[in-house]
Amino acid sequence: MKLVEQFQYGLDAPICLTWELTYACNLACTHCLSSSGRRDPRELSTAECQAVIDELERMQVFYVNIGGGEPTVRSDFWDLVDYATAHHVGVKFSTNGVKITPAIAARLAASDYVDVQVSLDGATADVNDAVRGAGSYATARRAMDNLAAAGFGQFKISVVVTRHNAGQLDEFKAIADGYGAQLRLTRLRPSGRGADVWDDLHPTAAQQRALYDWLLDHGEGVLTGDSFFHLAGYGESLPGLNLCGAGRVVCLIDPVGDVYACPFAIHDNFLAGNVRDAGFDKVWRESELFADLRRPQSGGACASCSAFDSCRGGCMAAKFFTGLPLDGPDPECVRGHGETALSTVDGARAPRPSGDHSRVPVTIGRRPPERACDESPLAGITH
Amino acid sequence: MACAASTEFDLDAAWRLHPGVSVRPERFGALLYHFGTRRLSFLKSTALLDVVQGLDAAPSARVACATAGVPAGELPTYQQALATLAASQMVVERS
Repeated sequence: MKLVEQFQYGLDAPICLTWELTYACNLACTHCLSSSGRRDPRELSTAECQAVIDELERMQVFYVNIGGGEPTVRSDFWDLVDYATAHHVGVKFSTNGVKITPAIAARLAASDYVDVQVSLDGATADVNDAVRGAGSYATARRAMDNLAAAGFGQFKISVVVTRHNAGQLDEFKAIADGYGAQLRLTRLRPSGRGADVWDDLHPTAAQQRALYDWLLDHGEGVLTGDSFFHLAGYGESLPGLNLCGAGRVVCLIDPVGDVYACPFAIHDNFLAGNVRDAGFDKVWRESELFADLRRPQSGGACASCSAFDSCRGGCMAAKFFTGLPLDGPDPECVRGHGETALSTVDGARAPRPSGDHSRVPVTIGRRPPERACDESPLAGITH
Repeated sequence: MACAASTEFDLDAAWRLHPGVSVRPERFGALLYHFGTRRLSFLKSTALLDVVQGLDAAPSARVACATAGVPAGELPTYQQALATLAASQMVVERS
């Protein structure tokens, strides 16, 4: 049996998993996959997080991708990172850079088991800040400066490819090279607040093709988190597993302990259980939803397409939140079948992401207030 | 990812798993994760896992293969797989 088939039928433990530690965030990015902003009062406690880490160690999960929200605003964040690495669970965390001071950068540089991913959605401040908020470009660049000065080595610069930054790939690469960092490009999904901006921000067909060619040119030197496997329909596969790992080799633990099939699928339909009930291991092994995802999938409307073996129908979350059937084409299908399918569905009736933690309604181009407002859960702690 | 590599692998040298590599046995073989390079690799058979886990105690990779019961005819396949692992620093020569 080919390896990719083994993975489709699931593993006894995830290869890696995403763990959003908090929904609290100092930013209000228009495309936030988890609609973050306010802290959820039911957030897992320090002790509960440690218990999850103990389980991950027993399950031999090599590392977790920690995100949020902005995970570093949790007051126990650095302690949890230390706890995880002491228990042989490596940590890769995503941050907007707000807490990456020179002292923290030095502390991070001293560990072999911590990797840092700084988010940047524009190679220039105007493009970045239109999506991530005023001042966020400067914050991210300052964090990168601090990491480089501390000798962290190859941190990651993580970019969600949008219609507005798709033409800046060379500039992003130059920024990464300048720091000795590694560029990571991932796909925009219509998840969380991303559903609201999807039509305006997802790359055009021409941009998608140019992105594919650019990724092929750069090979394994640029990371993609395996997120562009739908582009394999153009011909050659990009480096990576090239499959949807949801519930099979990856999953998401959210801040309140809910386990979802993937970080981009925060919706009741993809909720497998909660770690508070009987632990993460039990959810991973026994959830009916995950068992279902691990069964052989029919290609549905895509089965007769010659590209199906390479693209495998694309991203489950992208289909779901644009109102397309899960066994049909991806909305960004490179053969154009997605556009045809979208023309037959009523986008207004597409499922809405569960759980909105936004502080205020967020729209493109909105400039956040200069100072954190008094109601902000982060007032006074973000500087 | 473990895929074709053309590097020659010295079967008569002494090898070991890199100390920064974790091994997780799986039905199909094993997953390897290198904390230094942050790369994931796959061992596509349990026999290859036996070979890799036996490297440290064996005077040479050839002996590790024999101990794991690799038939002489299949040695080139294993040499190729080990070359791939050496190219990504999953296994390193013992000095």
